[in-house]
Amino acid sequence: MDKLLALSDELAAAVERAGRAVVAVHGRPRVPSTGVHWHSGLIVTANHTVQAEDDVTVTRPDGVSTPATVVGRDSTLDVAVLRVDAAGIPVADAGDSDAVRVGHMVLAVGAGPRASWGVVSAIDAGPGRIPGTDFFTLDLTLYPGFSGGPLVDARGSVVGLNTSGASRYLQLAIPAKAVSRVVHDVVSHGRIPQGYLGVSTQPVRIPDALRERLGRARRAAVIVVDVEAGSPAAAGLLIGDVILSLEGEPVTDPFDLRALLRSRPIGQRVRASVVRAGQLVDVDLTIGERPPRGR
Amino acid sequence: MDLSALAQALRRITVELRGAAGVVGSGVVWAPEWIVTNAHVVRHPRVALRLADGRQRDAVVAARDTTADLAALHVPDLDGAPPTMAGVEPLRVGSLIVALGHPFGVSGALTAGVVHAIGPITPNGRPWIQADLRLAPGNSGGPLADSRGHLLGLNTMIAGGLALAIPVSVVHWFMRGVAGHPA
Repeated sequence: MDKLLALSDELAAAVERAGRAVVAVHGRPRVPSTGVHWHSGLIVTANHTVQAEDDVTVTRPDGVSTPATVVGRDSTLDVAVLRVDAAGIPVADAGDSDAVRVGHMVLAVGAGPRASWGVVSAIDAGPGRIPGTDFFTLDLTLYPGFSGGPLVDARGSVVGLNTSGASRYLQLAIPAKAVSRVVHDVVSHGRIPQGYLGVSTQPVRIPDALRERLGRARRAAVIVVDVEAGSPAAAGLLIGDVILSLEGEPVTDPFDLRALLRSRPIGQRVRASVVRAGQLVDVDLTIGERPPRGR
Repeated sequence: MDLSALAQALRRITVELRGAAGVVGSGVVWAPEWIVTNAHVVRHPRVALRLADGRQRDAVVAARDTTADLAALHVPDLDGAPPTMAGVEPLRVGSLIVALGHPFGVSGALTAGVVHAIGPITPNGRPWIQADLRLAPGNSGGPLADSRGHLLGLNTMIAGGLALAIPVSVVHWFMRGVAGHPA
């Protein structure tokens, strides 16, 4: 058979196959986003597209609308998990995202189904720099409403979850493996536990003189601007403390702090290296679990 | 067929429409002596065109429908085989498609993509072929074809990054109504 025709048929079959597990998610005004039936009764989508906490609905592939409950959010990864009555919707076939290589041909599928075609252009930690989670940077167009939809390989297996919300300039996909980890949390704990200290921080520059005195090369750190009462941070940190590192890992901006917390289990004790009143002090903290959103 | 053979085949049915400032668009050889293009690329009664083999011709705009955005050009001494039309089998989302045209004046450029979606969309609630394909000025009026090289439609506009093409069935309907054109 004609190779080009065979490829064309394979791509169309991949869209059909993946499209059976794809729903439209109505969690924001105007353009609905896309979601994937990842695990029986659980839909995953891009967290930034679920602006509402209540009154979220999904439209099934057969066109029927059904209510959805937000059961978990991972704002760092940009994944939200919704519970729906998914009877009759097949569960997506999650592929091996570790096998994805730069240059692989992929399709993004939106509810409809709609499709977009391109290649994986880079695999790296991306703007979030989340240890252990290398985002896929995509050379394809994520059209309006494509966020939360599946990234599909040429076989029709889902290798990632597309999002245009994680970066202003890049089209990204969260690897299927990381999405499955989040879904596993929901299945086993009923929620997505997220590491939390209870501080708000801002980037700060360390003056050269202080850097010399501390024998520290890095110029960037974060300054504590708020400490939540009763939080793990309240046991040791004060407003105005400058956090240089956590467990020896440098903290150069607030995102570093979140990423470092993410990669460690809740309940673990960590040592923060802090400049307080010009002196270097070590502060021991216990990572807590982020309380649910107060809405 | 591979992509380069596909490009060769489509170049034979694609003409370059030229204005005072250079390339204004593309056109498709529809039948002997007849070319079809978008109405928005031919705004005068006559237009100069260049065939795939480099020959220059003058065409008369025999019919122009701005609502359909289609125009029929008559070129008395134009031979050349008309394109193979795609059959009636429905398009599938994700299947490969190609466009040939002269984006930004680049002659005979091939662009590859996939069928984005099926179904009517705005603008105008008309049927469009929605393609995930990068078009540019100069592609207008050129062919959109499937992986066999069969003509699917005429590339007409870009909306939100999507390529929109007028389906071949609509082009048929338009050309049947053109006086002097063999039905």
